[in-house]
Amino acid sequence: MNVPDFFPAAAEIFVAVMALAVMLATAFARDTARSLAYALAQFTLLVTAFITIFTLDTAPAIHGFGGMLVHDLLGSILKLIVCFAMMIALLYGHGYLAERKLDRPEYYLLALLMTLGMMVMITASHLLPLYIGLEMMSLSLYALVAFDRDSVRSTEAGMKYFVLGALASGLLLYGMSMIYGATGALELPAIAQAVSAQAANKPVLLLGLVFLVAGISFKLGVVPFHMWVPDVYQGAPTPVTLILSSAPKLAAFALALRLLATGLPGLAEHWQSMLMLVAAASIVLGNLAALRQHNIKRMLAYSGISHMGFMLLGLLSGIAGKADSTVVAYSGAMFYAIAYVLMTLAAFGMVVLLSRAGFDAGEIEDFKGLNRRSPWFAVLMLFVMFSMAGIPFFIGFFAKFAVLAAVIAAGYLWLAVLAIVMSLIGAFYYLRIVKLMYFDEPLDDTPLAASPELQLMLSVNGVAIAALGLMPGTLLSLCKTALLSSSVTG
Amino acid sequence: MTDIPFLSLAIWIPILGGLLVLATGPDRNARMARVVALLTAILGFAVTLPLYIGFDAASAAMQFREHAVWIAHFNIHYRLGIDGISLWFVLLNAFITILVVIAGWQVIQSRVAQYMAAFLIMSGLMNGIFAALDGALFYVFFEASLIPLYLVIGVWGGPNRVRAAIKFFLFTLAGSLPMLLVLLYLYQSTGSFEILHWQRAALSMGEQSLIFFAFLAAFGVKVPMWPVHTWLPDAHVEAPTGGSVVLAAIALKLGAYGFVRFSLPIVPDAAMAHAPLVIALSLIAVVYIGFVALAQADMKKLVAYSSISHMGFVTLGFFMLNPLGVEGALIQMISHGFVSAAMFLCIGVLYDRMHSRQIADYGGVVNTMPKFAAFFMLFAMANCGLPATSGFVGEFTVILGAVQYNFWIGLLAATTLILGAAYTLWMYKRVVFGAVANENVAGLADIGARECLILAVLAACVLAMGIYPFPFTDVMHTSVDELLRHVSAGKLP
Repeated sequence: MNVPDFFPAAAEIFVAVMALAVMLATAFARDTARSLAYALAQFTLLVTAFITIFTLDTAPAIHGFGGMLVHDLLGSILKLIVCFAMMIALLYGHGYLAERKLDRPEYYLLALLMTLGMMVMITASHLLPLYIGLEMMSLSLYALVAFDRDSVRSTEAGMKYFVLGALASGLLLYGMSMIYGATGALELPAIAQAVSAQAANKPVLLLGLVFLVAGISFKLGVVPFHMWVPDVYQGAPTPVTLILSSAPKLAAFALALRLLATGLPGLAEHWQSMLMLVAAASIVLGNLAALRQHNIKRMLAYSGISHMGFMLLGLLSGIAGKADSTVVAYSGAMFYAIAYVLMTLAAFGMVVLLSRAGFDAGEIEDFKGLNRRSPWFAVLMLFVMFSMAGIPFFIGFFAKFAVLAAVIAAGYLWLAVLAIVMSLIGAFYYLRIVKLMYFDEPLDDTPLAASPELQLMLSVNGVAIAALGLMPGTLLSLCKTALLSSSVTG
Repeated sequence: MTDIPFLSLAIWIPILGGLLVLATGPDRNARMARVVALLTAILGFAVTLPLYIGFDAASAAMQFREHAVWIAHFNIHYRLGIDGISLWFVLLNAFITILVVIAGWQVIQSRVAQYMAAFLIMSGLMNGIFAALDGALFYVFFEASLIPLYLVIGVWGGPNRVRAAIKFFLFTLAGSLPMLLVLLYLYQSTGSFEILHWQRAALSMGEQSLIFFAFLAAFGVKVPMWPVHTWLPDAHVEAPTGGSVVLAAIALKLGAYGFVRFSLPIVPDAAMAHAPLVIALSLIAVVYIGFVALAQADMKKLVAYSSISHMGFVTLGFFMLNPLGVEGALIQMISHGFVSAAMFLCIGVLYDRMHSRQIADYGGVVNTMPKFAAFFMLFAMANCGLPATSGFVGEFTVILGAVQYNFWIGLLAATTLILGAAYTLWMYKRVVFGAVANENVAGLADIGARECLILAVLAACVLAMGIYPFPFTDVMHTSVDELLRHVSAGKLP
């Protein structure tokens, strides 16, 4: 097919241009700058989503930009979901930020730049854009976390995130340089080829791999690189936590998939055993620590750690020489990541919903008696909680189902048993939220004051969790098709 | 006639009706919620009747089959069908749902729509469990049915409801999660989730044993078998009357049903090898829990323990692996569905008036509530297995099967007739007979028309099944024979 060389980056270029446009426009529009920035950001994300949809193609991957970027179905789907996740996250946070005068234009600008970073990460087929995309996302996120500059917690969280995040980026870059040193290549397919041809220096390669896995683990927020997660989640303004916990996880999934599965399939047995430890530790620690939390954001942070551990279960269950099982395993992980984004958006959306001017919902107790205050949102939160606990008919069940099926197919029975035991323990803290909402009396009877668009979107989000749980087939098949079209299995 | 998907209707009418009831909203529309719930329940029962009428008792094959692809990615299908074993449970479930709706008519005054909806949705999900012929579909229904019951116990339950609800949920989940692994393992080795396909799949003895114990965990907790029965008395005591009724009449049957649908046919050799273990656990449940029941001061707890003891009879019957045992156990399950529902409703009648379940608070109820005392008498007799009541048929058949298997096991099992009579009748005596114990009892009003109707219907069922059990046993023969033939053939190479 004859396409211009920049074609794989069409959507990214649009986002970059629009980010600059937002910067300029808000500088001139003084009075309406805030709402203008919000509207432009949403418009940009929507148009980007459309561009992604129109360029959606199941044909084989197209490499462009001198081999730096790749256009494949996997990337398009992930980008599409990133756009939607960002749109939802901005929508949920809008009212909250406006009430606290935090909706400065820079917020939306940073959100767009962050989206750009994530999209580049997803599209990258070369170590350089992969790293640049990651840094663009991370730097925007550091600033966003510290966005409430008058809040000590927020600035502290930003600082903590920045110091640790910069270190992790450094580790990743160090790993990349070793891989380059060993293989002499920066393009992922070329790296894969060099590794499989046994041309590379194995010890250097393995050392580099350790650093890569460490960097990826940090971005996913899994044990032992998880320390920042609860503090940053709690310290950041809730809308930022919402952003932080959703789309970047998909980008980090893409990072892991591109680096490990596309770039280093020849070292699969090594990174699989590393990820196995990371996943097992995350599932154990995440679930146990979440039991003891009183703050809902911290609880969801720990639960997120365990969810990312579950997601890794799919990623590490590829079987050498069996491309078909490997694709099924990876598609399980992808389905898990998408399901998690959907659930975490709804969960933090609920926290925003319960907040109002002068009141930040943050404690688990704030969910007390929600069924009395609003039966509809109580039932939606019930969907989210049972979905996260992995109870059918919700999407979270099929996510767990898919990764556990992959783990069993790969023959890691101990890992499956561990995951099962831990999800039983995890069920307790989700049940506790349901208990507070349904069995207890409300602490205050103030009617929910969130904006109609938040309420509507949250309803759609919650219903989607149930609807996709009833009919998960399409999304599962889509994940599989996407992975088949990309070159993850060599 | 055969084109109408009756099984799907039996599942989805209550669920959709439940959502409709939820839509009626706050308690000011309580009346509408009740009416819609009742109509849904009746409609839900009506669509199960053609299942019985159109059922071919001479065939052991699955009937009323429905099939659609659900999740192609995992080869999961929406496969439904019933045989002689599951037929009666679908009917029983739909029937009990009507009673529960009527029983909660006046008693439940807060969040009426949510209460009714929870029961209707639960009823639909449970029909799904009995009708599912796909392992994943079964599991999905099996797990999902926990949610409404968790809410029912937690929202409308007694003072310790939170603990009871969470304990119930976690115990059951702990049992069923290993089953999920087994289902995935079976999928891995056979490439399919179809239960009938699994029944034919060859499995080595080592595999079978592991699978058997995972199933034992899942279904043993649900039945519940000793020693994992502790959640049941808590759940029963705290649950509202309707919750107790569904729990005893239907939810406990899910575990026992799992044994006949999964354990016996899928891992027959392991089931045979480990049958002595299950029989021993069942005998402990029958005898030891029978003594525990004798010591209870709380009526609901007493009936809860009596349920465990009766369910011990069911698992005992299954694992004797002879026709008398299995059929007796199935009859016992249906009979227990009627009798335990009736017992809990009777206690509910007393509790609504006195707000106490302590036996010591009662005495001489017959003086103020003669009609009630008569019904209660009948159900108490059925609970201890008096001939001409449904309780007799099942217990007697299981004991016959047990004697056939081993005389001493039969003898031990038969002690239930004494123990059951002891704890039930002693409780009955203390509550109903004697002089009027206190002013509260003196002020009791006899049952009204609504309560009378429910108890009369149940009484009719109990008697009909006791006097003429043919309609119940007739449909089972072929299926049970086929099951036992399959089990005895084994599947070892």
